[in-house]
Amino acid sequence: MRAGGIGKHGIRFGAAQVIGALGLGGLGLFSGIAQANPQPGQLNLTPGVTTYSHVPYMLNNVALGVCVVIGILVFGAMFIAMFRFRKSRGAVAEKWSHNTTVEIIWTVIPILILITLAWLATDGLRQFADTTGAQMTVKVTGYQWKWRYDYVDYQGKPIEHVGFMSKLDDQSNATRQLNSGLDPYAVKTDGVNTYLLNVDHPLVLPVGVKIRFVITGGDVIHSWYVPDLGWKVDAIPGVINAAWTNIEKPGVYRGQCALLCGQDHGFMPIVVKAVSQEDFAKWLAEQQKPAAAPAPAATAAAPAQATAQVAPAHATQG
Amino acid sequence: MAQAATHDHHDEHHDEHHEHLNFFQRWVMSTNHKDIGTLYLVFSLLMFFIGGSFAMVIRAELFRPGMQLVQPYFFNEMTTMHALVMIFGAVMPAFVGLGNWMIPLMVGAPDMALPRMNNLSFWILPFAFALMLSTLFMPGGSMAGGWTMLPPLSLQTSALAYTVFAIHLMGISSIMGAINIIATIINMRAPGMDLLKMPVFVWSWLITAFLLIAVMPVLAGAVTMLLTDKYFGTNFFNAAGGGDPILYQHVFWFFGHPEVYIMILPGFGIISEIIPTFSRKPIFGYKAMVFAIASIAFLSFIVWAHHMFTVGLPLGAEIFFMYSTMLIAVPTGVKVFNWVATMWGGSMTFETPMLFAIAFVILFTIGGFSGLMLALVPADFQYHDTYFVVAHFHYVLVTGAIFAIMAATYYWIPKWTGHMYSEFWGKVHFWNSVVWVNVLFFPQHFLGLAGMPRRIPDYNVAFAGFNMVSSIGGFLFGASQLIFLGVIIHCVWFSKKKATDRVWEGAKGLEWTLSSPPPHHSFSVAPVIHDEELAHGHAED
Repeated sequence: MRAGGIGKHGIRFGAAQVIGALGLGGLGLFSGIAQANPQPGQLNLTPGVTTYSHVPYMLNNVALGVCVVIGILVFGAMFIAMFRFRKSRGAVAEKWSHNTTVEIIWTVIPILILITLAWLATDGLRQFADTTGAQMTVKVTGYQWKWRYDYVDYQGKPIEHVGFMSKLDDQSNATRQLNSGLDPYAVKTDGVNTYLLNVDHPLVLPVGVKIRFVITGGDVIHSWYVPDLGWKVDAIPGVINAAWTNIEKPGVYRGQCALLCGQDHGFMPIVVKAVSQEDFAKWLAEQQKPAAAPAPAATAAAPAQATAQVAPAHATQG
Repeated sequence: MAQAATHDHHDEHHDEHHEHLNFFQRWVMSTNHKDIGTLYLVFSLLMFFIGGSFAMVIRAELFRPGMQLVQPYFFNEMTTMHALVMIFGAVMPAFVGLGNWMIPLMVGAPDMALPRMNNLSFWILPFAFALMLSTLFMPGGSMAGGWTMLPPLSLQTSALAYTVFAIHLMGISSIMGAINIIATIINMRAPGMDLLKMPVFVWSWLITAFLLIAVMPVLAGAVTMLLTDKYFGTNFFNAAGGGDPILYQHVFWFFGHPEVYIMILPGFGIISEIIPTFSRKPIFGYKAMVFAIASIAFLSFIVWAHHMFTVGLPLGAEIFFMYSTMLIAVPTGVKVFNWVATMWGGSMTFETPMLFAIAFVILFTIGGFSGLMLALVPADFQYHDTYFVVAHFHYVLVTGAIFAIMAATYYWIPKWTGHMYSEFWGKVHFWNSVVWVNVLFFPQHFLGLAGMPRRIPDYNVAFAGFNMVSSIGGFLFGASQLIFLGVIIHCVWFSKKKATDRVWEGAKGLEWTLSSPPPHHSFSVAPVIHDEELAHGHAED
């Protein structure tokens, strides 16, 4: 696992982050750090590790900056008013209750700010909506309370029989039982705490490849969410949603089901292990070797098999 | 003045009236808008503490990582019931109670237009909530799929039928309450109380009542389809039978988004009454305030899918709902700017209602800011269903709606009871509330940004610090509300300090021309309206 190199011990940053949050300067502090895990004391979105993930990150920072500036102006004016126009300081109330000029100004200026934000957001949204040109397809299915990953195609070739369930790791699962007496702080992988954020079989993906996800639900609605990829998409039974990613840095990226899906909603994490294309090719070849393994049997039960993308992978050879 | 004479007459009538009424007749058979208003407010306070106790369970389990107190399913029951109780049991009945009490007084009417229906619309509620809360004690437990009750998950719950019928009852109650308020405002205004002279609170309720009538049947339809899907073999939301789970979300949020404005617009009205009173200056831009509420209400019907940005909407739909949602910032901004402009150049004092009103303006605006951030679809793909959303809607609902209700309580309770509340303990309540509510909810922004999903009973240790801070804030905010209870009990039964008719030096409007407490039947004879006595009657703009 390469997680150790990427994940940083956030404790060291704790104090600096708190100080940073006091000023606007706090925003700059987080750029460039690939946070494979949520960090203790983390104050802002992760910039993520994909060609797209800077979009929500920057949009978040710009919108937050705009809000902070407006907040300082409005609340500043309020506090000045509360200080200057108090009865105890002898203030006498004025009679006016209307001023067309300022009303027009404070209607028009917000509209201009909104147009700017809308332009930025629309641009980002169009990038996200473009799932064309993918070199790989992965099908993600949400179940109560685990994920299934099926590798559909890679570099133009269909992938046979590579698919598996991915559920909470045993150590987290034992620890999370009511009054287990086990310490959540003791659940570590490569020196990083992975309590409730680790699985038995991670989703292995290559870096530098545009990967298309087709996402659906097997029973109820789930939501596939890895913060470092910069998005979440709901996994809905009977619906196939599409999304894409192109991971830039190898590493282990952790997320969770984001939509309440029943009692163990909090216990179905997502782990994406991004490796170099060579390592991925090796891993894929290894997975395809034991062709006799009855792995895909479980997939047949999933309701959403009839899509054009998914069907060929299963139609050829039993 | 002619009014003084009629007051005396009322007081006699009032006293005589009471001799014949026992407790049951007075409270259960009441058709009096003040008594029914009181019932609503007491019911709301009870629900506030029940819903709050559920929140305490949630915060206690989330105090530190690991499962210590409850099973995950019970945790989900708590999140679901907390929301349903707070929304339908605490916030909405509180606003109906305030409307019941104040609208007739503010427009110069003797009572609500439909007093018997008023009684019925209240008395449905205790039964509805008994039905819903009883499911907590049943085998299989209560609903645990979140207050949105999304299928297919909600169809797995055995308590669905009870909850659906409870929601039907709440809906009937709300619709009757709304009809009553509209009928009162349209028909019962004293001569000279033109629509554009009405207090902003009355305007906000008029608009809210139309929202209620428009969307409560939509909710009833959505949950009825859940019921038939579960018990009668229909497939509205079952993909395997040709239905669509997303259809439910569209229908639900077509109700749900106007619903969140139902919970805030009367709050806007309250704040628009309180700030001018304690600034001793007329509200800035009265007409703009009214039109802003109306435009927010209109926009609330065309933004519902912003709750569904991650369900896989087409690009065009995401863009439309993003733009329409962002547009709401404009009228909301106008309101905030106008409140600040009302304070500017005033002569301000800071009694407890004003403190809550000021906290409302600041903290609601912070909730508005996070709302604007959530409107930006690519950013929402990160924020959606994380604690960032939890922080956002608690800023608008707790420091927004609930703070407005508390402000209104302090503002009008001297009028209701004829006694002054304890200003000292009111301020103690305020400062505790405003500090701890921020300790409670502000760190949740950070948790959400770091990626903590909402509605999870346990979390990675990276989230431990802020969760503990949030829980401490939660416990102390909850405890602070016991001060509120104490202040109310003291004011109603023990306060020796009589309230004057005017109560507040800068107060304007018809309700302050009556005695404190007002006679049992106010304005049997329509008051003669002098524009300078109204808060907004002289508004030239």
